[in-house]
Amino acid sequence: MNHSIGYKREEPAEQPPYLHPEYRSTALRAPERPLVPLPHTLSEITGPVYGHEKVGPLDHDLTRQHDGEPLGERIIVFGRVMDTDGRPLPDALMEIWQANSAGRYRHEIDNHPAPLDPNFSGGGRCVTDAEGRYRFVSIKPAAYPWGNDANAWRPAHIHFSLFGAAFATRLITQMYFPGDPLLAVDPIFNSIPDAAARERLVCRLDLDHTEPEWALAYEFDIVLRGRNATPLEG
Amino acid sequence: MSARRGTTPSQTIGPFHRIMVPWEGAAELVAPGDPDAIRIEGRILDGAGQPVDDSVVEIWQANVHGRYAHVEDTREVPLVAGFDGFGRAITDGDGRFTIVTVKPGCVPGNGDTVQAPHMSLSVFARGLLKHLVTRIYFPDEAAANENDPVLLSIEDVGRRETLVAVRQEGEGTPPVYEFDIHLQGARETVFFDV
Repeated sequence: MNHSIGYKREEPAEQPPYLHPEYRSTALRAPERPLVPLPHTLSEITGPVYGHEKVGPLDHDLTRQHDGEPLGERIIVFGRVMDTDGRPLPDALMEIWQANSAGRYRHEIDNHPAPLDPNFSGGGRCVTDAEGRYRFVSIKPAAYPWGNDANAWRPAHIHFSLFGAAFATRLITQMYFPGDPLLAVDPIFNSIPDAAARERLVCRLDLDHTEPEWALAYEFDIVLRGRNATPLEG
Repeated sequence: MSARRGTTPSQTIGPFHRIMVPWEGAAELVAPGDPDAIRIEGRILDGAGQPVDDSVVEIWQANVHGRYAHVEDTREVPLVAGFDGFGRAITDGDGRFTIVTVKPGCVPGNGDTVQAPHMSLSVFARGLLKHLVTRIYFPDEAAANENDPVLLSIEDVGRRETLVAVRQEGEGTPPVYEFDIHLQGARETVFFDV
C-alpha cells in the first residue's frame, strides 16, 4: 500500500500569514522560523471524523436553547461543504459560536459593557447531509470592540469549525455579513492577501431561502482542500 | 474537468471558543486508570515566555497497535473499541494542557519507511490566523526516532528534539510525558507546513 496520496497544498495568497503586524496579537505568537514541509502520510490523510452522534436535537438552532427566544434579528445560515473539486463532504460535524445581538459573548473574559442575553448561549453544532448541506438557525451577531487599538471593532461574524475528511483538512474560520463597513478596516479579515479569497468569507443574502415573516437567510459555502488527482497504487 | 474552487481561508479561533458546545471527556481518550494510560502535560508559551492561556490543543493519533480509526487505514491491524484517537484540551491560566491517552504504535510512512510512535497536534489561539501543526514523539523510542522519516527531514538537527517529549521522573501512574510548545524564541518548536 502506498500512503503518498495526499491533499492539494493551499495557495499561499488564499490563506493568512502567521505574522500580520496590523493584528497585534500575532507579534508574539507567529513562529519566527519557516515551517517544515510535511509530506502527507497516513497520519495526515486520516483524521477525526464525527457525525450525528455528537449533535443534540437543538444544537443547530441557537434560538431554541433556552426557555425564551433571544433578542435580535433571526437568521438562517445554510450552505454546502465541499472540496476544491466540488465533491460534497457528507455527514460531517460542524461547530459554530458567536456573540449575541448586542456584541457580547457569554464568556467570562468578555468584559464589553453590552448586555448578556439570558436566552442566548451562542454555541451550536450540526451535521452535513448526504449532499454536504447544512443549516443553522441563530440571531445576527453584532460588532464589538476588541482592543487591537484604541478604537478597533470586529465586524459581525460567526466562527465555524470543521474537521473535513482528514487531519490535513482541519479548518477554523469566520463568516462575515455582506455590506459590513467594518470589513474594510478589520485586520483579521484583511490578513488574507487575495481579495477573491477574502470575499469567500462573506455570506450572501438569499431571499429564496428566507422564510417570509420569520427569518432572513444567508448562504455560506465552505471549500476544503481536495485530494491530489491520481492515487498511486503501491 | 471543472475549474478548481478556491479554498475557504482560515481565521483565528479568537479568545471566546469556550462557548462552543462542550465535548464531554475530550481530554481523556482513555480512563486515567487504563493500564496503557499515559498523561501528556505541556505548556504553550509565546515569544515573551508568557503562557498562552486561551488556546485549544487537539491531538490525532493511532492506537497502541499503530492503527488509525479512519476509513483510509485499511491495514489488518486491530482497532481498539472505544478509542477514536482524537482529543481536545483548553490551556489554563498557566498555559498548561493535559491529555490522558495511550502511546501509539508505529505507523507506516511513505514508501518503505516506518514512522516512530507519534501524535499529531494542532494548536489554535487568538493571534494565530491559522492553526499550527506539530508532532509529539517519545524519548523512550530512540531507535525508532532515529529512523523516523519526518524527524530526519528536519534539516536543523538540533531542532528535532523540540518534538520529543520528556518523561517525568517518578512513580506516579499514569506515566507523564512533558511536551512544552514554544511559539517563538531559541527553543521554538518545529511547526509543519501540512
